[in-house]
Amino acid sequence: MPWKRIKLPIKPGRFLVQGDEAVADGAFCAGMRFYAGYPITPASEVITRVQERFEESGEGVYFQGEDEIASIAACIGASWTGVKAMTATSGPGFDLMVENLGYAIFTETPLVIVDVQRAGPSTGQAARPSQGDYHQVRYATHGDYEIIVLTPWSCQELFEFGIRAFNLAERYRVPVIILTDEAVGHLREPVVYPEEIDVFDREHDPDAPPFSFDERDAGPMPLIGDGKALLITGSTHTEAGKRVTQDPEIHRKIVKHLIGKIQHNVSDIFESHEEFIEDAEIVIASYGISARSGFEAVKRLREKGLKVGFFRFKVIWPLWEKYVRERLSGIKKIFVPEMNAGHLSRELERLVNGEVISISELGTNIITPETIVKEVEARL
Amino acid sequence: MKNYMDWIRTDYFPTAFCAGCGHGIILKAIAKALTELEFKREEVVFVSGIGCSGWIPSPYIKADSIHTTHGRALAFATGVKLARPDLTVIVVGGDGDIASIGGNHLIHAARRNIDITCIMADNNNYGMTGGQYSPTTPQGAKTTTSRKGHVEPPFDVAYMVKAAGASYVARYTVAHFPQLVNAIKKAITTPGFSFVQAISSCPTHFGRRNISQDPYEYLDYLKKNSVNIKNVKETDEIRNKITIGEF
Ligand SMILES: Cc1ncc(C[n+]2csc(CCOP(=O)(O)OP(=O)(O)O)c2C)c(N)n1
Ligand code: SF4
Repeated sequence: MPWKRIKLPIKPGRFLVQGDEAVADGAFCAGMRFYAGYPITPASEVITRVQERFEESGEGVYFQGEDEIASIAACIGASWTGVKAMTATSGPGFDLMVENLGYAIFTETPLVIVDVQRAGPSTGQAARPSQGDYHQVRYATHGDYEIIVLTPWSCQELFEFGIRAFNLAERYRVPVIILTDEAVGHLREPVVYPEEIDVFDREHDPDAPPFSFDERDAGPMPLIGDGKALLITGSTHTEAGKRVTQDPEIHRKIVKHLIGKIQHNVSDIFESHEEFIEDAEIVIASYGISARSGFEAVKRLREKGLKVGFFRFKVIWPLWEKYVRERLSGIKKIFVPEMNAGHLSRELERLVNGEVISISELGTNIITPETIVKEVEARL
Repeated sequence: MKNYMDWIRTDYFPTAFCAGCGHGIILKAIAKALTELEFKREEVVFVSGIGCSGWIPSPYIKADSIHTTHGRALAFATGVKLARPDLTVIVVGGDGDIASIGGNHLIHAARRNIDITCIMADNNNYGMTGGQYSPTTPQGAKTTTSRKGHVEPPFDVAYMVKAAGASYVARYTVAHFPQLVNAIKKAITTPGFSFVQAISSCPTHFGRRNISQDPYEYLDYLKKNSVNIKNVKETDEIRNKITIGEF
């Protein structure tokens, strides 16, 4: 089994850790031994921590690329040699990575990208949080595909998702994005590092073809250096990697595989955090930093005797539509606080039968519990 | 492997190159260099970008190959080399691929002097997309995007790479086959960043508009219009010539 339980390679215990550092630590514990990135606020602290971990352990290679395009490209190249690779960036850098993100998706390359969101478009406000990249991370590159995006709400979760992101990337041979924001990335909180963790290492099979058309799962992965004259290409290919750029049937098979290997396993990938849903008449649904205020608002509204439930997306993509529809069916009103023009609320509108009410923050302020409580009371 | 054909994936023949394309000569030169250096298949990995030139190693060289995005081969190759320093990493790309869209990666690979060999198959235009001008298109040359003659001066890529810090830099044309093979061998065996600018022919686009659509006449032109940098001093004398040799 490619799953294994390992002793934490860093000191276990309870520490005060910054979000950006926590995600670097989680990734390191999961086995990340290649890092490439380009400096950008508010993600720059990630490479600093990675460098520290590599230096103290004597393992791993990090590289500051000439830009974000080079950084993600180097990660993909490294990943095909069998090493777990990561990069971290923010909006403008993510924009530059998009073409090669598509390459990683199409070539089924395990890879982790941390996107510490800042306010955009363009340079925007570098050191202020936002959740404006909700749909960008899903639909950034051209063509049809599925991708995995995790949305932590705390430093603890940044550590844990650093591990889970690699487990999912290796398991499904797909780039996994950890979508956080300046507020959580720059937050300092106590984080518990456990004694042991479970990690998944990709199934390496030197004799396997590099690609698969299986509509239900990812295939094993041969590596550069196996001596099998691998053909890896971002052009439409056969399972053996032969370029076939005029055959509609082959292209259809690949896209079905890219979507199928994720969608078929959506119940394994999707994760939510739910409280008081059973008797809820209204629900506050959110993710990331906004969900922290949302949860506080739920508690305050419950104290006032209102039947309010809490639904937090720990994974925003793939969206397990069937599950969300079922869990939120019969809920009369769903309030969705988020620091954007209403991205999650737009997704929920097409899934649920109740009224979806967006609580949107377009400046760069974190939505407060007071704002949410007021909004809910006004709209009851 | 004893024969250079052992390095060529003949089951993918016929190649996708136009008849008479110089890229086939570069393919053979690489295969010969690998054979003469007695490489084993698992010791070498090729990385290429997008363009007719990207097809030289992928799929025609029988070794690991990563066919990447347009211009980014050197960046992917950097990741491969850092993760597996024991592998010999060879990048093959076009003049558009390596010197235009990928120009920044080229400068920084040379500056880092990372132990990668880069072979630029330079046909003075964008072959794959239909013959547009590239950074190495000579001033006055006709391309589909410079129908009345190109106004911009070309880029001397070999000089630039040398200035940026590469260990080994050479330029030969596909009409100088033994020298080209030798340069590729030296590039692979020299530690640090090595760059071989292989002036190629594109009879279909550049040749038809500027030299000749006939492959033989094209090669003859390359041969007659090349001067070895050892034999020239004055820049004026070489302005309209292809300077070849080791830089
Ligand atoms: C980002 C991006 N832009 C544009 C293209 C289209 N494109 C494909 S090949 C090519 C240029 C090829 O010219 P060159 O690199 O000189 O190689 P040649 O075909 O001449 O060998 C271009 C612009 C692309 N594939 N990707
Ligand atoms: S278009 Fe030019 S470079 Fe491309 S295969 Fe044809 S002759 Fe060669």
